[in-house]
Formats: sequence, C-alpha cells, structure tokens
Amino acid sequence: MPMEPTDHVKAHLMTAADLQRVLDRMARQVAEFVDPSADATATFGLVGLQTRGVHLARRLQQRLHDDDGLAVPLGILDATMYRDDVRLRRTRPEVKPTDIPFDVTGRHLVLVDDVLYTGRTGRSALDALMDMGRPASVRMLVMIDRGLRELPIAPDIVGREVPTLPGEEVRVRLREEDAREGVWLVATDGTGARAG
Amino acid sequence: MPDTPATAAPALQHRHLLGLATYSADEIQRILQTAREFREVLERPIKRVPTLRGVTVCNLFFEPSTRTKLSFSLAEKRLSADVVNFSASGSSVSKGETLKDTAQNIEAMKVDLCVIRHKSPGAAHFLTRCINGVVINAGDGAHEHPTQALLDMLTMRDHFDTFEGLNVSIIGDITHSRVARSNVFGLKALGANVTLCGPSTLLPVEAAHLGVRVTHRLDEALEGCDVAMALRLQLERQSSGLFPSVREYHEQFGITRRHLAQHPDLLIMHPGPVNRGVELASDVVDHERSIILSQVTNGVAVRMAVLYLLAAAPAGAAA
Repeated sequence: MPMEPTDHVKAHLMTAADLQRVLDRMARQVAEFVDPSADATATFGLVGLQTRGVHLARRLQQRLHDDDGLAVPLGILDATMYRDDVRLRRTRPEVKPTDIPFDVTGRHLVLVDDVLYTGRTGRSALDALMDMGRPASVRMLVMIDRGLRELPIAPDIVGREVPTLPGEEVRVRLREEDAREGVWLVATDGTGARAG
Repeated sequence: MPDTPATAAPALQHRHLLGLATYSADEIQRILQTAREFREVLERPIKRVPTLRGVTVCNLFFEPSTRTKLSFSLAEKRLSADVVNFSASGSSVSKGETLKDTAQNIEAMKVDLCVIRHKSPGAAHFLTRCINGVVINAGDGAHEHPTQALLDMLTMRDHFDTFEGLNVSIIGDITHSRVARSNVFGLKALGANVTLCGPSTLLPVEAAHLGVRVTHRLDEALEGCDVAMALRLQLERQSSGLFPSVREYHEQFGITRRHLAQHPDLLIMHPGPVNRGVELASDVVDHERSIILSQVTNGVAVRMAVLYLLAAAPAGAAA
C-alpha cells in the first residue's frame, strides 16, 4: 500500500478518473495558448520534467492532437545539473536523459511537472531552458500546487491546489511509471497521525 | 520531477576514486550511466552547466600529461567548478618540497577535490591520508588509471548492450600499463572476458592471478575477440632490452588491415597517444572500426560524471 516505505497516507487526493478529467481541462487551457494563425509544430512546444512531468506532457500532447488537431512537439528535460543543492547533499540525484528535439529559441513553451513545491526545480528548469536558447515565452503547468514556495515561481495552469505542511509529501502516481494511478497526500516524518 | 526527488540514489560507496580494483559493478554502471547524460551537455551550443558551482578542484600533475590533463580541466570547466592547476615543473617540487607538504599547502587554500597524476604507484592513496578533500587518481605509476578505464568501458558500452561475455583483448606492454590494470579490474567486475597479450618480457607473471587469459600470440588474442585495445609501446623500453626492435614488435603484435579483414566485427581501441606503424598500422588508426576518437569525447563525459558523483559535501552538511 505505501508508495515509499516511510509513507503514511493521509488523503487520497485524486483518483485515476479525476486525473483524466483534470488533464482534459488542462489540455483545453494549453490549447488556448496556441496561436491559431501560427503553425503550432514550429512555434509551440511542451517540455516535460523528468520523470512524471514527461508522462503528463505526453498525455497532453496526445489530447492536443486528438481534440484540437495540433501537432505539438515534446521535449524531455532533466534539471538535475542545474540544482542548487549539490554541495548540500550526501546523495546524488540520478541524472536522467534530457532530449529537446527542437530549437527553443523563439518558441512558446509550456513546462510540465507533477508537483510544484519550493519552486527550486522550476528555477533549475528555467535556467536549463535559457542555456539552450531564448524561448519566446515559458509557461508552467503542474498537476498539484502544494504551496510552501521558497522562490517567486508561479504556475500558469494548475490541476489542483493542495495546501500542505512541511513533512508532508504529495505522491502523483501514473500508470506509465507506477503500479497504480492517482494522487495521494502522505506524511513522511511520522507526524502524519497527529497532524492528520 | 518533484521538488524532493524520491529517486535520489545513494552516492558511490567510495569517497575517492583511487582505482577500480575495489569498485563494484553497480558503482561502475552508475558512473557510466551518469556519463551518458553528461555527454548530452557536450552536444549543446552552451557546453556548460552550473552543477559544481562553488566547488574548487585542484589538478595536481606531477608527471607530464596532455590529454588526461586537458580532459579533466575541460570536464571541470563544463561543470562550472573553480579550477586550480599545478604542474611539477616550475613549482616548489623542483625545490625539493615533498608531496605531503605540497598537498597540505594546496588544501590550506580550501580545495574540495584533488585530481592527481604521479609517477609513484600509491601516490593518490597516500594523498588521501594527507588531506581531507576528495581524491581522484589520474594515473599513479604502473598502478591504476581508473578514469581512462571508465571511458574505455563507456566507449565499449556504446557498441555493445552488455559486458556479460564480451571478449576484450588488451595487447602490448601490460607490465608498465596502469590502463591495462584498471581495465582488467573494471571489465572483470562487469562480467567481460579479458585476454592479455604481449611479449613475455612485457607481461607480468602475476597476470595469471588476475583471472584473465594470457597469451603471447596475437592471432590467439584476436580469435573471437570483440574489442582489441592496443597499448602504447613506450619506446624508451627498447633501450632497456625488453623487446629487440620496433619493427619486430610490429611484426608480432602490431594490428594491421589483414587482422581487420580476418575479423570483420573487431573494434579497435587505443588509450593514446598512438605510435603509428608500431602497435597499430597507420591505416588501422584511421579505419572506420577504430573508435579511438570516441574514447576522447567520452573521456570528458566520464570525468564530469566522476566529479559530479564524488564532489564533496562541505563539512557539517546533512549526512
């Protein structure tokens, strides 16, 4: 049942069906950003953040194709090399592939991630994108905004806002990566039973 | 990626990279996997990431080196580390300063990580006992040259899906080769079959105890072989009588077009610099099945990966 050995589940935030409905809605919001007079393939792009942001971005890409007839290219970004805490950790986050198969310069991008928390990953991702060129614009889409920001990073499209406490984690689980699908709020510091 | 990645893998079991003799298959695979991701950075228009910003690296080269030194410096710069270079010539070493004093002086300058090349086997190990920083061995005498072996393995990995059962022959002056030793340890850990080949004066007696096949015949070494790694023949050894002449060495151990024709899938590697017409015929060096230049590109990526995985957490950081 637990997603990580120390997890104590406090709430089942979204079911698989909820995720599908929210993705449908977010795809509509992304489509609104696409200039109907321009060629989306050449002027627009989705960038999924490793790991689960990539799967969400891929699902959005599919919806944009099926529902709007938009062929929007998809890039994969791992911002690990741009993190600001390499010297603060004993563990080394695994560096995963980055593959942006288009020139970001002049393009309108939507950065896709599963959870927005401190904003540090978003900051790393922006720096990584800026090193690759000069996008016309970058917007941010997240499934869950759990608050507790440490940097002035704001999402443009949000699946659901979930106010959380430090010591809690939001687990987005997707069938491409995980044994099940849905979103859970868990406690990882042993305070879950009391705080919940 | 969540802000707190649940996938944070543990750092390597080792704090230093002194040699591959004690590195596990998992640790080696982790380095190779990380290097493949860093290699992508080298393809970008801006070939630099801020990963090691604030980390100071000192390159201590007590022995001449061109490509290893260049490759480390480049890897450090690509990761935005601050780099201090030190070479023995023109330093206080020529005034008689000991390695320990040199190292401690450099450490007093708040260096986080030292890369050392030295003519004495065990110099890197010795350095770990003099300083608190992380030590990376860039070649110590005839002992080990782990980053060279790692880049060799990364290059092989690009051509083969697995090391399990891969047949690698290392040909040449095995006795004086730190490259051969590190490759034997690493390749054995990953499950490859290693053959060592060379004239008996250049093959150590202990080779038989390394768990490798030993032969003095090139044809035997190339039979069923996937990758042939020719080692640089150190020409100064001829005067010490370890082999009669360069021409005779080439006759017996030099790889030529004839060998490539006989073994249509054989790949050729060499740690460089090559003596053309000695260990490899000149047209073998330039052949499409020679992957020597990919080794050089992979060298920077592997060193970036090692630096990233070993970069020290400052004293007092969270465990």
